[in-house]
This record gives sequence, structure tokens and C-alpha cells, in this order.
Amino acid sequence: MARIIVVTSGKGGVGKTTTSASFATGLALRGYKTVVIDFDIGLRNLDLILGCERRVVYDFVNVIQGDATLHQALIKDKSCDNLYVLAASQTKDKDALTEEGVEKVIKELSKEFDYIICDSPAGIERGAFLALYFADEALVVTNPEVSSVRDSDRILGLLASKSKRSESGQEKIKAHLLVTRYNANRVESGEMLSLQDIQDILRLPVLGLIPESPDVLHASNTGTPAISLSNTDVSEAYLDVIARFLGEEKPLRFVMPEKKGLLRRIFGGGR
Amino acid sequence: MSLLDIILGRKKTTAVVAKERLQIILAHERAINEFNQESGTPSWLPQLQQELVAVIAKYIKVDKNDLKVNLEKRNNLELLEINVMLPERDNVNVCTP
Repeated sequence: MARIIVVTSGKGGVGKTTTSASFATGLALRGYKTVVIDFDIGLRNLDLILGCERRVVYDFVNVIQGDATLHQALIKDKSCDNLYVLAASQTKDKDALTEEGVEKVIKELSKEFDYIICDSPAGIERGAFLALYFADEALVVTNPEVSSVRDSDRILGLLASKSKRSESGQEKIKAHLLVTRYNANRVESGEMLSLQDIQDILRLPVLGLIPESPDVLHASNTGTPAISLSNTDVSEAYLDVIARFLGEEKPLRFVMPEKKGLLRRIFGGGR
Repeated sequence: MSLLDIILGRKKTTAVVAKERLQIILAHERAINEFNQESGTPSWLPQLQQELVAVIAKYIKVDKNDLKVNLEKRNNLELLEINVMLPERDNVNVCTP
């Protein structure tokens, strides 16, 4: 049986797709057979982030509607043998995803895969709801910013009340906090919510902290998941996330800024 | 914020303002959303009951059926009612804390 993990946030633009791509790639690199599904119907993007946009023939909705088999629609990742992608459809029909359809696809994937990663769209509409409904665990992606934290809190409420696990009285969805676009210098100078602040508010165990970095744009420009960039803070941070998720002890990195001189500490100024 | 700012007690940073604003608005929104659930009772109520029993049981011999917790909403008023049934006088077994 596969483990189903939703990557969700409520707010858009916080790094859900970047995280889904890196998280799925990381698990696959560790030898787990992993599939990542784009639930953002109408606004497909995971294919671009993973660099497989030109190989999408059939998509998630085609499978649900019976126009293609699951095996026709699954795209094998170009660089990673254990990773498969199920692209979102570009249809404008918002009702194309049905609970029964999604359940059927997930059940079929469960037989073959170790992990199913559901990349949720922003918002709390149908796509976001169906992405989290069948989940066993959730990665709640949050930026150190008021609107993102508030929306994450809303999503935590949905995970606790509107999921299959909550409705059938099973053990709760295990939620993990993943803070992205973190700038330790700005946190130190009091301009940005700290990891501790976010934890105090959302009361979630931290799975990882991804520093703000120009490398994320390079990664998406070239269709490479951020975890595959070598020797960057971002790829190191995502590799740590995978290790922690798999139960290894990894102290959090990138929480504190690089050391500053004494004078600057006293008088402030500069970043 | 530099040390000098802290020593001179200059105004609080925007991150502190952000945290305070979030804590206030989320406390409010959580209360609303919890009541919106179909069951009509907030999700934290059973846990509150368990924890209260655990605390009281440290001092007085009670079991979980001796404690009733109820939350009612009347117009703008929320009423949290906690009823503890104490055991008969001679059965009271005071544990030393």
C-alpha cells in the first residue's frame, strides 16, 4: 500500500509545486517508487517544473473519464527511474475531477507505488479539497508572511475536519510544517516572522526550512527540480527534508544568519 | 534590530507586530470554524474533558464519567459548563500532590 502525501498551503505562490517536485524526486532517488500528481486542473505547471512538459499526451482527467489508461498517462521522469508524473489537464471544466474518479486512480496507483504525492492547487476549492481528501500525511508549505500563515491555519482546519481520515474516524492526517523562502538575516533584524513564531502559531512539527534563494528560479527555468541542483543551500535543505521524513536525525540548517561583525551587531544596518 | 535599538527601547519590529496580529485573528477564526463543523461542538472539547479529569484525579478520586463538560452558544454568549461529581464524603481519598 502506498503512503499518500498532500503538499498544500491554501495560499498560492508559496512553493507547493517546487516542493512537490523536489520531495517526489528525493523519495525516488532514495529508491522508493514514487508518483506525483498535479491536482491544479486548468493551470497545469508541475510538468514544467519537472521538465516533462513536452511529453504530456494524456492527463489526470483523461484517466478519470476513461479516455486513457493510467499507464498511458503516467510520464516517466527523464533522470530518475523511480519517479512518475501524472499531469493535470488544461480543461476549464472545474467539475472534471470527481471524488469517485480520484479515489479510483489513487487506489490503482497504490498497488504499484510506495509514495503518492498530491500537489494541491491554491485555494480551498474542489481541486484543493480532493488533493487532501485521501491523504495520510500533509506537508503544509508556509512562507514567513502573515497571509500565508493564516491560510495554512485554514488548511489545517480542513485537514482535521474534511478529510477521509477525519470523516471515517481513523487516525488523524499527520501534518508537517515546511517553511519556505526563509531569510534568516531579515528574521534577525525583526523584519520577518521567525520559524519559532510560525511554530508558536500553527503548532506543527517542523519537517524542514528552505532558505530564500535565487537558485529556485534557475531550477524552474531549466525544468530541474530544486533538490537536484548540486551544492546549493536549497538542494541541501530539501535533501534534509527527505532524510527527516524517512526518520533520520538531521538538525535544522539555515535558521541563523551567517555571522556578522561585532560593530554591525551593536549598531545594526546592512543585511 | 540592533542591540542599541533594544537598549534604547525603540519601537517593536514589524515581525513582532505580524505575530501579534496573527495570534489575534487566528484565535477568532479558529473559534468560528470549529463551531461550523457539523457536530456542533468544538473539536477540542473531548480533549479538554480528558485533561481536566487527569488534573482533578491527582487530588480527588474521580473517573471520567464524573465530569461533564458542555459548551453552549446563546446569541453572543458562549457558556462553558463544567460539572464535577465528587465522591461521597467518606470515600474522599486525598492524594498528596
